[in-house]
Amino acid sequence: MGARVLLVEDEANILEAISFLLSRDGWEVHGHGNGGTALETIARLKPDVVVLDVMLPGRSGLDILRDLRADPATERLPVLMLTAKGQAKDRDMALALGANAYLTKPFSNAEMLETLRHVADPDGDPSSTGSTP
Amino acid sequence: MPPAPPTRRNALTGSRIRERRTVLGRKQSDLARAVGISASYLNLIEHNRRRIGGKLLVDIARELDVEPAALREGADATLYDSLQTAAQDRGPGFGPVPETDRIDELAGRFPGWTGLIAAQHKRIAGLEGLVDGLQDRLAHDPVLADTMHEVLSTVAAIRSTADILVGDPEIDPQWRARFHRNLHEEAERLSSSATAMLAHFEDPGGRSGPPSTPEESVEALFDAADHHFPEIEAGGADAIGPLLDGHDGMADAATRALAEDQLRRYAADATRLPLVDFVEAARAAEFAPEPLVALAGGDVALVLRRLAALPPGLGAPSFGLAICDAAGALIFRRRINAFSIPRFGAGCPLWPLYTALTRPMSAETTVLDLPTGAQFRAWAMCQPLGPPGFETQAVMQATMLLRPLEDTVPEGARPVGPGCALCPREACEARRVASVLG
Repeated sequence: MGARVLLVEDEANILEAISFLLSRDGWEVHGHGNGGTALETIARLKPDVVVLDVMLPGRSGLDILRDLRADPATERLPVLMLTAKGQAKDRDMALALGANAYLTKPFSNAEMLETLRHVADPDGDPSSTGSTP
Repeated sequence: MPPAPPTRRNALTGSRIRERRTVLGRKQSDLARAVGISASYLNLIEHNRRRIGGKLLVDIARELDVEPAALREGADATLYDSLQTAAQDRGPGFGPVPETDRIDELAGRFPGWTGLIAAQHKRIAGLEGLVDGLQDRLAHDPVLADTMHEVLSTVAAIRSTADILVGDPEIDPQWRARFHRNLHEEAERLSSSATAMLAHFEDPGGRSGPPSTPEESVEALFDAADHHFPEIEAGGADAIGPLLDGHDGMADAATRALAEDQLRRYAADATRLPLVDFVEAARAAEFAPEPLVALAGGDVALVLRRLAALPPGLGAPSFGLAICDAAGALIFRRRINAFSIPRFGAGCPLWPLYTALTRPMSAETTVLDLPTGAQFRAWAMCQPLGPPGFETQAVMQATMLLRPLEDTVPEGARPVGPGCALCPREACEARRVASVLG
């Protein structure tokens, strides 16, 4: 089984498509759709990398990211933020809070794979799959 | 005495003569002879080192087959300025610096192309302004931001799903069917979101949908009460707490705090101008503010707010009210039919609400003429919130009261709009951004 990724995304069809994509790429994929309970899920699953949407029910992705960086157990956890095109302030805030990278919706699957591989393993081979980070 | 240095435009008369002569292929000596001067003197003129005018200019113009004004004034001043501005605004990455000292020469030789450059520059500036306006709106309108997020999320789902279907033709049939169904769902959702977004553009001050911000929730509270609170009229500020406790939508702390602020001002107004006295005086004044100012101790804004808070059933006209701070941000409104007061972004800069900001402590009244043909009498006043004091910065607010006119006036009304983006008055000098109307 490859590296473990947690997708925190409330849009069911995005979650399903990305889960399918990453599973094919060799990742062990878990999905979570509520911002309010995301930290508990992260603590329980201990993922290698988190894909975190900004706009979530319960709690915003930016607030979750802030808590992740304030906790010694997760301060170095790689996080890829999903923001919406045109919301530059979300992107800037995500980077300021310590996100490793961001993708703006709508993104291509190739962009998702490439960025996620880099976030999980910045020094790795960009063509490698989720089974090797 | 040496000749005075020529002005920028006049300095180019010689250059224009030289340019025209060159275009015609005439030698300097030939032209000089034809107008009765030496070639060396013409050379000085052509290099703008001697002034030229009067009969000599007329003679040279005749020889060069142009009007003297064309040599004296060069390119049309508006065109000249447009090209100058276009050169200044060109921004980085546009190659070599334009030769602004040769604008006249360019315009003289290529009037069609230079006109096109000027027109294109104007169009680009208009489009950039429109983009800025829309970006500003996207950043400040929570309804639009939510709708945009919905659209982009839907597009993201469609794109990821379509990528899978296109990129993996051997996909398991069950997964393929599932993704097809998802695409169908998202397409329907996108259609619905796009329709909602367009509806919001067409009705930016729309009354549909639940309140989504503290400002909207407090506005809904005032709208539900028809902007009149008998409890506060009778019980003063002590009635505010129980009133808010019994109203849905006041649980959020920010919303409740904003509502308390607005209602405290209402209570203070009611104390200073008690309803019984004010109604009697307002009736006598036929609900015009001017005669009521003395009753309010000279506080014009207080009179405007109290007129907008009269209870129904008195025979008073419908009133609209807008209050903005010194930055022009709207902080309170009572909406009125046929006069759109935008919830976000700025309204029309020609509204007395804004012009009052430039003339603090000077009340003004005028008739406003809307593009729809509707007319409103407006009263506006900009004044400080509190009493003046030494070494204190006065916080200014402008207040505008609106009353629809049944008998419109044919002349003297101020043409205004609902705000540039939705205003069809294309030629308006106050236009800030292009209209989104077709």
